[in-house]
Amino acid sequence: MQQSPSPTVLVDTAEVRRIAQLARLPLSDAEAEAMVHDLSAILAHVARLNELDTQHVAATAHAVDLPANLRADVCQPSMAVEQGLRNAPQRIGDGFGVPKVID
Amino acid sequence: MIDCTLAELARALADGHIRSTDITLRCLERIAQLNANLGAFLYIDHEGALIQATASDARRKAGTPLGPLDGIPIAVKDLLLTEGLPTTAGSKILASFIAPYDGTVVRHLKNAGAVLLGKLNMDEFAMGSTNENSAFMPAKNPWNTDHSPGGSSGGSAVAVASGMAFASIGTDTGGSIRQPAAWTGTVGLKPTYGRVSRYGVIAFASSLDQVGPMAKTVTDCAMMLQVIAGHDAKDATSSAEAVPDYCAQLEAGVHGMRLGVPREYLSAQAGLAPEVHAAIDAALRTYEQLGATLVDISLPHTAHGIATYYVLANAEASSNLARYDGVRYGMRQDPDHGLAAMYTATRGAGFGPEVKRRIMLGTYALSAGYYDAYYLKAQHVRTLVRDDFAKAFAHVDAIIAPTAPTTASRLGVYQHDPVAMYLADVFTVGANLAGIPGISLPCGMDSQRLPIGVQLLGPAWSEAKLLQIARAYERATSWHTERAVPS
Repeated sequence: MQQSPSPTVLVDTAEVRRIAQLARLPLSDAEAEAMVHDLSAILAHVARLNELDTQHVAATAHAVDLPANLRADVCQPSMAVEQGLRNAPQRIGDGFGVPKVID
Repeated sequence: MIDCTLAELARALADGHIRSTDITLRCLERIAQLNANLGAFLYIDHEGALIQATASDARRKAGTPLGPLDGIPIAVKDLLLTEGLPTTAGSKILASFIAPYDGTVVRHLKNAGAVLLGKLNMDEFAMGSTNENSAFMPAKNPWNTDHSPGGSSGGSAVAVASGMAFASIGTDTGGSIRQPAAWTGTVGLKPTYGRVSRYGVIAFASSLDQVGPMAKTVTDCAMMLQVIAGHDAKDATSSAEAVPDYCAQLEAGVHGMRLGVPREYLSAQAGLAPEVHAAIDAALRTYEQLGATLVDISLPHTAHGIATYYVLANAEASSNLARYDGVRYGMRQDPDHGLAAMYTATRGAGFGPEVKRRIMLGTYALSAGYYDAYYLKAQHVRTLVRDDFAKAFAHVDAIIAPTAPTTASRLGVYQHDPVAMYLADVFTVGANLAGIPGISLPCGMDSQRLPIGVQLLGPAWSEAKLLQIARAYERATSWHTERAVPS
């Protein structure tokens, strides 16, 4: 089995904290340290993509060329309110209850 | 009867030799006997399965069966929405989620009369290669319970390999059908991107995810694919390409076909275990004896596949998993300190370590300043990987290769080394990046009696031919008749 590249620090704790904030993930100090190690190891492996010259290569977003199979713009029955709210953590009337956003 | 194949059971049901209720009860007994140890099922729908089986028997009696799958007990990965049943994606964040509707694949299976036994274990959000990232319990390999069954569709593989279900549905984003099939001695097919609807399948990486069958034999997989393939107006990436009869050419053999052997996959750098290498060599010789011509080919960007895959898959995952925020469904934590605190607390408590790691990597790759260097760069390299396959398929009918570098890993091996686990996907991610179909089938056993899988890859929409090539090997060998004896 191939060994992982030895982790050079490619992201530091501050960077990990910034990304965690963007991703809305709370990280304890221990989790943040582990994340510095793991992300650095992964990014060290990803760095090998830079070996390739892709200046004249187009980007692929979807591998199989599929025509846009769009439906006709016609009203159809949609999910019933009761069905849609069935898993709601909190319900207020016919809507999802959430913490107050604006005081 | 529990050891017979789906095709054999279909004949027995059609001939009236057995009733669906009898075989469904046998499956439920076997699940009750084995599941605590093997961890294949996250949810067993005992009552629902018997209701469906009874209805199937009534249709058979009335002479109005819905097709060959009518009355056959199957199960689906817990990533597929099943109306009225829990659907967790193997995650605590969806532990209490009850699906409000059926995904298209589930609807097709129900319309075909298949009996749904329950929902199968998996790595959380399909992120993993060993099923150890399930938030609920690891699934274990029925050939040796100290070993993983592979992942992420680990439960789907175990259910088939241990005789709990006659076929199952998995999903494959980077090898998650083919690798567990290889590690459990079953057959797993990842169809062409767009062949099977993704509607009602919880998204991991939308440009790579594909749903497919797992079963004991190639024929069984063909019968399952027949039912689930086809255009779906509810999935904009679903193709209108006609669905052929996948069973029509199954017995047509491989005489005169050209099979490409990618030198990068068998090179010393590929990390292939010697026993896997030997089994693949033997499979190559079998194909030559069957009249196929082996052609040396090159897939020069193989070594860059893993890096490309983990950037793109995780970038897409970080976006797809943004929806788990405690607002509309699933877990909600700390609703008393404002919306942002609720989002963060919910995601912190609901996601496991591997999911957090991947969301972090994906968010990083998409964030300002890094987008071009990582995400866009990976999309460019994806084109190179795709071109490698296109060039190869100009000269060969299919590519033959190992499915995984090793046989089933021991549980716990990858616990502290996620990158080592990622690297083990080296032979499978290419098909996802290129959108092409692939099938894994049993081709040997190592000295510990753990199964080895061989993989066939073909150009887009070549599932019928891949099944034909796979079936030719199956007819010439007996690996597919080996059965695990789980306790």
